[in-house]
Amino acid sequence: MTPQAMPRVAARTPDHLDHLDRLEAEAIHILREVVAETEKPVMLYSVGKDSAVMLHLAQKAFYPAPPPFPLLHIASGWDFAAMLAHRDRMAAATGMELLVHHNDAAAAQGVNPFDTPTPVYTRLMLTETLTAALDQHGFDAAFGGARRDEEKARAKERVFSFRGANHAWDPRNQRPELWNLYNARKRRGETIRVFPLSNWTEQDVWAYIARENVPLVPLYFAAERPTVRRGDMLLVVDDDRFRFRPGERAEPRWVRFRTLGCYPLTGAIESRAMTLPEILAEMRASRVSERAGRAVDHDEAASMEKKKQEGYF
Amino acid sequence: MARGEAARDHAALAAPPAVGAEPRPAKSLLRFLTCGSVDDGKSTLIGRLLHDTRMLTDDQRAALEADSRRHGTQGADIDFALLVDGLSAEREQGITIDVAYRYFETPARKFIVADTPGHEQYTRNMVTGASTADLAILLVDARKGLLTQTRRHACLVNLLGIRNIVLAVNKMDLVGHDEGVFAAIVAEFRAFAGRIGMSEPVAIPLSALRGENVTAPAPAMPWYRGPTLLAHLETVEVDAARAQARPFRLPVQWVNRPSQAFRGFAGLIASGTVRPGDEVRVLPAGRTTRVARIVTMDGDLAAAVAGQSVTLTLADEIDCARGSVIAAADAPPQMADQFEATIVWMDAAPLHVGRGYWLKLGTETVSASVAAPKYAINVNTLEHLAAKTLEMNAIGVAEIRCDRAIVFEPYAESRTLGGFILIDKLTNATVAAGMLHFALRRSQNVHWQALEVSREARAALKNQKPAVLWFTGLSGAGKSTIANLVEKRLHRMNRHTFLLDGDNVRHGLCRDLGFTEADRIENIRRVGEVARLMADAGLIVITAFISPFRAEREMVRRMLPEGEFVEIFVDTPLEVAEARDVKGLYAKARAGRLANFTGIDSPYEPPEAPEIRIDTTAVSPEEAARHIVDRLLGED
Repeated sequence: MTPQAMPRVAARTPDHLDHLDRLEAEAIHILREVVAETEKPVMLYSVGKDSAVMLHLAQKAFYPAPPPFPLLHIASGWDFAAMLAHRDRMAAATGMELLVHHNDAAAAQGVNPFDTPTPVYTRLMLTETLTAALDQHGFDAAFGGARRDEEKARAKERVFSFRGANHAWDPRNQRPELWNLYNARKRRGETIRVFPLSNWTEQDVWAYIARENVPLVPLYFAAERPTVRRGDMLLVVDDDRFRFRPGERAEPRWVRFRTLGCYPLTGAIESRAMTLPEILAEMRASRVSERAGRAVDHDEAASMEKKKQEGYF
Repeated sequence: MARGEAARDHAALAAPPAVGAEPRPAKSLLRFLTCGSVDDGKSTLIGRLLHDTRMLTDDQRAALEADSRRHGTQGADIDFALLVDGLSAEREQGITIDVAYRYFETPARKFIVADTPGHEQYTRNMVTGASTADLAILLVDARKGLLTQTRRHACLVNLLGIRNIVLAVNKMDLVGHDEGVFAAIVAEFRAFAGRIGMSEPVAIPLSALRGENVTAPAPAMPWYRGPTLLAHLETVEVDAARAQARPFRLPVQWVNRPSQAFRGFAGLIASGTVRPGDEVRVLPAGRTTRVARIVTMDGDLAAAVAGQSVTLTLADEIDCARGSVIAAADAPPQMADQFEATIVWMDAAPLHVGRGYWLKLGTETVSASVAAPKYAINVNTLEHLAAKTLEMNAIGVAEIRCDRAIVFEPYAESRTLGGFILIDKLTNATVAAGMLHFALRRSQNVHWQALEVSREARAALKNQKPAVLWFTGLSGAGKSTIANLVEKRLHRMNRHTFLLDGDNVRHGLCRDLGFTEADRIENIRRVGEVARLMADAGLIVITAFISPFRAEREMVRRMLPEGEFVEIFVDTPLEVAEARDVKGLYAKARAGRLANFTGIDSPYEPPEAPEIRIDTTAVSPEEAARHIVDRLLGED
């Protein structure tokens, strides 16, 4: 194949599978292997763009049947309202069972993103809630939308990532993964995290969303929203629980999100990109990595590696 | 417009820009592997590629500059290697511990780079990285020339069947950009590549540190007229085209059956093209039918090719499940149960010759054992070495025996139907990777003869359900005593039985075997096969063997139909068995006059979930025998 531009139609004819066709085929293969070789899989659904792509791939993998596993959403209680609405809409549209877990006990004790140090907040509201949900339902495999290009620690993680009984990741004790042969055998008490999008980059995800018209939560598209500038971060006031600091007030700005999490911890970017082509163009010009908008990852050096060892996805 | 700027920047570096703003150019995908020894500049090269193709964002670059000052080895300059060395544990030690994957793209292609370390785990990691690669870059330090490691990497890459090889002669700036140095290294490598039957390499002189001939041409080396490394990576032909040209094969991953009306066979096409109406053969069933539809969520397809994940429906209802292969009817693949293969051992525990492992190939998993290696390969010299087993990182050639026939193709023709992994049945670890060469002729000539009288008919005549009562436990635990009492009881009750005793079979069936681990495995395999034949004859078989290893007991369990293997753990503590010492063997072993004695200098692995456990410190042999017979017949 030459590096010359080739019209998109030609790319879909059998002779020329493009890079998205190959990534799609690989992800579908992974999804089917897990369903064939594990007992009780679940898909961790965070409602973000990576989850959206993963869900779309699952629908393709098992069509005309609905994907034969439930969706699991870990709700921190500080999710954007638009994400919860989108989540319920997608569950209904796909015909899949939706499980929602929330750490009621921690919330009752006053754990919140304003007062609780971010690493503690994340561990209690997300990591521990997730591991408790997996244990409670006895899921032996959980799909996650993580990609290896997101972070250095992820670059070395396998597609099938084994966790001991305490859900910890041991980077020194990973099984070799050869060809596309995945070994899904596990001991009692072990679980597997499976990452069908391992080889996708952020660019691939957006290009695929554009090609396939994957339904997305509207927060990814620019709109005028009430915002607060706090240091480097541009926060969106999503509901009346937002806690203003002295001198802060909500100002309307045209913003959108590159990545989504708890709204008081997730930075927006100023943008006028209201359509997918506009977002793709903005992406190509971008000089900042997507996780830069997350308070969660800034807090400690090598924070992802540490969180993964605690059982984070 | 921002996108135009990005395209212009790329154009200055390498490939021609996409013409016009629309339509979006189709990108192909190239997976490649970088290999080199510790100081060849591998991480620097990958970091340089990421940097020059603008894959670094401002915050990543700021982090890199900060890291370079703190951990770097390039003084005030950016240390590109730090981009690639991922985990904090390995950054502190300055080594790469595992395979890492990196991503970058240009307007022409997306690239997936497998970065594998050069230190002692090289074989395992390199083979893993090479298994999915279309191309390999072998890095050589221009000052050092070809090293033992370079030859080793070349051999491994060749073993894994990679046809596109780039010989990247790095650090040309440190040898004065001398054409003679480059030419000498290339000539020496070509000679070596020819000897091992490797395809012709593309040689490129470069400096990863200075960015010469990586993405931009090097004015300092006007004598080199070939492409830059990136230009070559963007235009080299990938293996996908070859796979599409071969006959159609679809290993079935999953049967999609949402209702009685629909039965679809889902899988990733390994080779060839398929269209509705094509005549296909389904193996192992051996039936021929036609493809009815190629079903996708976006509508039915008129054709599908190698590399696509699809769902097919067939014109006829035929036996087709996970592990089956749907193939072109006029060129179906072979089936066999015995092979010669190259095996790369990847586990700290060495190969146990004769032990059953899970073998996964395509979408099929069978039980398989590996015979004593014919030879091991010295990857530095390609010499054949005598070997009794394979240790971690060793490569050898051996025969493989599967417990049933599988659909396969030689690895040289198909990575999907010729590449396999071996999985330890107890630890579940992936212990080896293998590449099939060919089926052994005896396997193709020995067929199963269908028998007219079935095992059920034989058992029915005896008015009983066949079973194998497998007694296991330490020497002197009381296995033979209880087994004898059980047989006497059953015999009195008009049951047809046979007792296989550990000591007795060693006078005949197994008299050529000793007590090494390998011999003990073979001993149990033979007894298992005999027990199975007797169970097929309708008998209740009683066996009394120490059978110390879980894996072999599990092997016998799997030879038999579900529920017919009854594991009876005669649980006697070592000190009690040793105190009894009926045959005086413990005394001999303690005195060092008897080697490999279970419990003394050879391990006993107790059953994790036996059907019956007998605590001989709590019940008498008679009570134990009554309990066992009650359990057996109660289940009739």
